[in-house]
Amino acid sequence: MQVNDFLRYTIYGVRAQRLRSFLTALGIGVGIGAVVLLTSLGEGLHHFVLAEFTQFGTNLIAINPGKVTTHGISGALVSNVRPLTIEDTESLKKLPQILDAVSVVQGNAAIEAGSHQRRTTIYGVDASASRVWRFGVAAGRFLPDDPPRAARSFAVLGSKVRQELFGSTQALGIRVRIGGELFRVIGSMESKGQLLGFDLDDAVYIPASKALALFNRESLMEIDLLHSTNSSSTVVAEKVRKVLVGRHGSEDFTITTQEKMLDVLGGVLGTLTIAVGALGGISLLVGGVGILTIMSIAVNERTGEIGLLRALGVGRNQILVLFLGEAVVLAAIGGLAGLGLGIGGSWFVTLLVPALPSHTSWGYVVSAELLAALVGLLAGVLPARRAARMHPVEALRTE
Amino acid sequence: MIHLQHIERIFLVGDEEVHALSDVSMTASDGEYIAIMGPSGSGKSSLLNIIGLLDRPDSGSYELDGIKVSELEEEQQAEIRRHKIGFVFQFFHLVPRLTAFDNIALPLMLSGMKQEERQVRVTAALTAFGLGNRAGHRPDQLSGGQRQRVAIARATIMQPSVILADEPTGNLDRSSGVEVAEILEELNHQGITLIMVTHDPDLGRRARRQILMVDGRIENDK
Repeated sequence: MQVNDFLRYTIYGVRAQRLRSFLTALGIGVGIGAVVLLTSLGEGLHHFVLAEFTQFGTNLIAINPGKVTTHGISGALVSNVRPLTIEDTESLKKLPQILDAVSVVQGNAAIEAGSHQRRTTIYGVDASASRVWRFGVAAGRFLPDDPPRAARSFAVLGSKVRQELFGSTQALGIRVRIGGELFRVIGSMESKGQLLGFDLDDAVYIPASKALALFNRESLMEIDLLHSTNSSSTVVAEKVRKVLVGRHGSEDFTITTQEKMLDVLGGVLGTLTIAVGALGGISLLVGGVGILTIMSIAVNERTGEIGLLRALGVGRNQILVLFLGEAVVLAAIGGLAGLGLGIGGSWFVTLLVPALPSHTSWGYVVSAELLAALVGLLAGVLPARRAARMHPVEALRTE
Repeated sequence: MIHLQHIERIFLVGDEEVHALSDVSMTASDGEYIAIMGPSGSGKSSLLNIIGLLDRPDSGSYELDGIKVSELEEEQQAEIRRHKIGFVFQFFHLVPRLTAFDNIALPLMLSGMKQEERQVRVTAALTAFGLGNRAGHRPDQLSGGQRQRVAIARATIMQPSVILADEPTGNLDRSSGVEVAEILEELNHQGITLIMVTHDPDLGRRARRQILMVDGRIENDK
């Protein structure tokens, strides 16, 4: 039997009971639609979160004081921890793979400009912060490359702070008071948006040494490193660890590479996508049961035809293939409709709720259609086997 | 050439054995015209099913055109049915969703013949059986006589050597019944072996050889 004849025969079978075939295919369609829609939303979420996390670059390594031990107690609670210092940052900058290093101190303080006052987050950082965090300057310039311990009293404003304090008036060169001390505004930053509750726009950037003095601290809260893309983050992390252990005497810090963080995050989000896809798969299962039912009924109704085909010299195997083919065609038609339903649905969701991103990946679309065909095949096995096992004489007797 | 020897066919009805065929032996030469007759339950349909390879005997041997078909595998028997045997049924057994054309083309399609070749052969068959203007009609748009003509066209489209007809006129009115019988006899004149099961004595008398069956045995063969 030629392939096009096989398809024509099975499609005739599907077409003979239009309404019934439509409803059965709809069951698969809804299932595939749900799988495509849910995985699209899951993928969209995945892309969205990863984009949020990689907006600071992907070759980052963060060092925090204290070691999380297997006892579950942070080393920071134990008093013999040597704090991270600006000198640690300077020594790490000398490593060949390290492109840049930023000392980070963070705190809250009031900033006054003329009659306006605002309490905001103060970041004590280095000149390299705008490069490491991929943070663009909107006007003026970022902090200059002063000697870290003798930095001048300059401040750079986040876009929101600038807007709140100065509105449309010129901010560059103006003297402001931060926590009572005088700083001169030398620049303002582009808007970067929020990430996990941190608003980088509602912040003021001053040299790290000034911030340490301002908050009366001795140690940094974090050191961020930007390493070159040629070397793997694990290798770099190991070098960094050696340098710091040499300086501190023991490992009293925690190194987090962004690659590892993204891996973990990507893993979690990937699992989430698969989980919601599996939820859609449940409706696909129901659709499969629909095909099983309809094919069983079709085999019953067409018992006479099966007998005839056998009399015309069709073997058991070919009968099996014919009915399996019909189940697969039915499921594949439903699957195609479901793809339309899912892709259209995710497009519609994005239209209604632009904040909810959706991303239809072709990999999922193709595997969803294959899945539909597979469901059809599996659902067709029982009825098709029953058809193939019929005794021709008895099948012919049924009219 | 059909050669049956000591064919037994036993059915289990409940826990009772029923001998549908017991020790049936017969031979039919090429081009014969045989009517198998007898009361219902006498085993005439069982015999036809065995000859048509739709059923297997419990014992005995069956040779068709020199091949020991009773020893063949299922799929090989299907192959023989496809090429050597044409069936005509009392209830026509047309596929309701297919047109007259497609019903006749069905055996050709199933055996993998190309569309163009099929077109030629089926069109010729439609004309030969007086169905030229019925090609696009589905079975429910045809009269009983026309349906049986479609069924006969289908049975002969593979050019078989034997036609097995099970009560071919049983579901037709008198005149279409005669018409169908004449068509089958015309095929027999062209050399096809025709074996017909009937309990209509008028139809049976038309055959050159009549086999009378009673209780699963051949009672009379003349």
